[in-house]
Amino acid sequence: MLLIILRRLGQSVFVLFLVAFVSFMMFRYVGNPVDNLLGQEATVEQREALIEALGLNDPLHVQYLDFVTRAVQFDFGNSYRGALPVADMILERLPATLELAMVSALFAMFFGVIAGVYTAIFRNRFLANVIMSSSLIGVSLPTFLIGVLLIWLFAVELGWLPSFGRGETVQIGFWTTSLLTVSGLKSLVLPAITLGLYQMTLIMRLVRAEMLEILRQDFIRFARARGLPEHVVYFGHALKNTLIPVITVAGLQLGSIVAFAIITETVFQWPGVGLMFINAVFFVDIPVMSAYLLLVGTLFVAINLIVDLLYLAIDPRIRDGQLKRQNT
Amino acid sequence: MTDPILSVRNLRVVFPHRHGELVPIDDISFDVKKGEIIGFVGESGAGKSMTGAAIIGLIDPPGYIERGEIWLDNERIDQLDVRAANRIRGRRISMVFQDPLTSLNPLRTIGDQLVETILTHLPVNANEAKRKAMAGLEEVDIDPGRFNAYPHEFSGGMRQRVVIALALSAGPELIIADEPTTALDVSVQAQVLDLLKKLCREHGTSVILITHDMGVIAETTDRVAVLYAGRLAEVGNTHELLRRPQHPYTRGLIASTPAVEYGDISTELFQISGTMPRLDALPSGCAFHPRCEQALDYCASHRPELQQDGVACWLYADG
Repeated sequence: MLLIILRRLGQSVFVLFLVAFVSFMMFRYVGNPVDNLLGQEATVEQREALIEALGLNDPLHVQYLDFVTRAVQFDFGNSYRGALPVADMILERLPATLELAMVSALFAMFFGVIAGVYTAIFRNRFLANVIMSSSLIGVSLPTFLIGVLLIWLFAVELGWLPSFGRGETVQIGFWTTSLLTVSGLKSLVLPAITLGLYQMTLIMRLVRAEMLEILRQDFIRFARARGLPEHVVYFGHALKNTLIPVITVAGLQLGSIVAFAIITETVFQWPGVGLMFINAVFFVDIPVMSAYLLLVGTLFVAINLIVDLLYLAIDPRIRDGQLKRQNT
Repeated sequence: MTDPILSVRNLRVVFPHRHGELVPIDDISFDVKKGEIIGFVGESGAGKSMTGAAIIGLIDPPGYIERGEIWLDNERIDQLDVRAANRIRGRRISMVFQDPLTSLNPLRTIGDQLVETILTHLPVNANEAKRKAMAGLEEVDIDPGRFNAYPHEFSGGMRQRVVIALALSAGPELIIADEPTTALDVSVQAQVLDLLKKLCREHGTSVILITHDMGVIAETTDRVAVLYAGRLAEVGNTHELLRRPQHPYTRGLIASTPAVEYGDISTELFQISGTMPRLDALPSGCAFHPRCEQALDYCASHRPELQQDGVACWLYADG
């Protein structure tokens, strides 16, 4: 058990080193950092001094280790634009993205699982068919279009919700939250739905397919033959057995929610790291881009680690190192 | 003679089908007496398992009971809604399935599944339920110390014993055991059957034992019902029926069972020619007549009914 966790941790660290390497290569070799920092009128002495200061004359592996050491201490250098430390920029904007991602992930999980279970249990009911058909819309419409449509309907036509920005925020330590103000919550609704809709339909369809599969299993028949009430059969026995694939996908989707947030944040002018990344791309602000890459990579690795640990919590067979899914 | 605990009358199960309907069970009647073990035997598709599913009310849709009645101790149970059926299932009629590897929820401990079942049916608190569950495990020779073990930590035979403990946990009057040993190693089959037999004798529980194995029938049951293509071919006392089978199909079944005795391994086994007809292509008259060596012309056009002497065959009909 402990061994499995340690092994997973080791793998995670290895992957992080790889991500850091890509990020480092980008920082080092996409464009010339010296040109980017000094501009065209710099003297040769200034260039030499900067090259020495940045350690660009050191061997590659020294530079890489240096990069990793600084990254671990949350030092990604300064942005080319505005010369602010990248770390501060990220810290300032990360709460906005994480709050958006969390809220839309919870929205997607909650409604996805409920709708998935419902459509699996009552698959011949009218409402289940309506949900299934309309879920096609969620799967097939691109995110930005959903965002624009929602803005048009709820912000322009009905005027119920704001169309852009984060509303008022409250500062708690370094964390700025919009979850504690009415205008913040109202601002969160549309982007969260936009971002979570695709994930919701995906989770719903997955839960439905898994439920249908599990409900055919012998142990469900046996649970019924023991006279267990329907809700116990569905939620106590069937749902838990669908969770492994659902958590796998939901975990990966949580990562891509953060990644897709770029589009949603652009549509809603949400002041998060996605919007920051888009601006960085626009101005070829390499340190910001490479720090963002590292951040998203870390996030994915962390989520995967959590998913793996959840497997262990859910399935005793995996806990006992019996990885093949026999007889489920 | 004691009153029957279960009475099935003219049961007919129908599955709607593109071209009309399939009838896996057609006009079956039988009684199960208190404490007796009755065997249901027949080839695959004869309607053995379907009969069990019909009794416990778990016929997979779109199948349904079209006609007939099922009585459990003077209570009609074939038309109950889910809520009422759940008061019968597990509490008064239990079921044991074929494959113990898939019968238990892999993500929950066996103790948890036992306690859940006991709490569903009996008016006890959690502590008493746990005590009862432990006692139940002990009865089937599973160490109660493994209360918190998961199904995958047990062998197939042990899991089937856990399943039996689960089936018996609320003290049912009838257990339907659907091929309970078919998926097990031969060496543990007898062990599990003996256990089932012993416990049911002790608790006075009746058993419907569904099997295709004449050997299991001979070892375990008091009475036998032979099914063919959804109908009863022959019913009778196990001892009598094995010694003097009447229906040609029963005779074929017995003759095709390997008899391995010390020093005598019979190499030649009888085969009933042909296969069980498909449900959508049942022969006219007696469904067995195309495979029957003694078939009369009459058999192809007239369907025999089960007679007082317990056989449905024109060879034994008067006149």
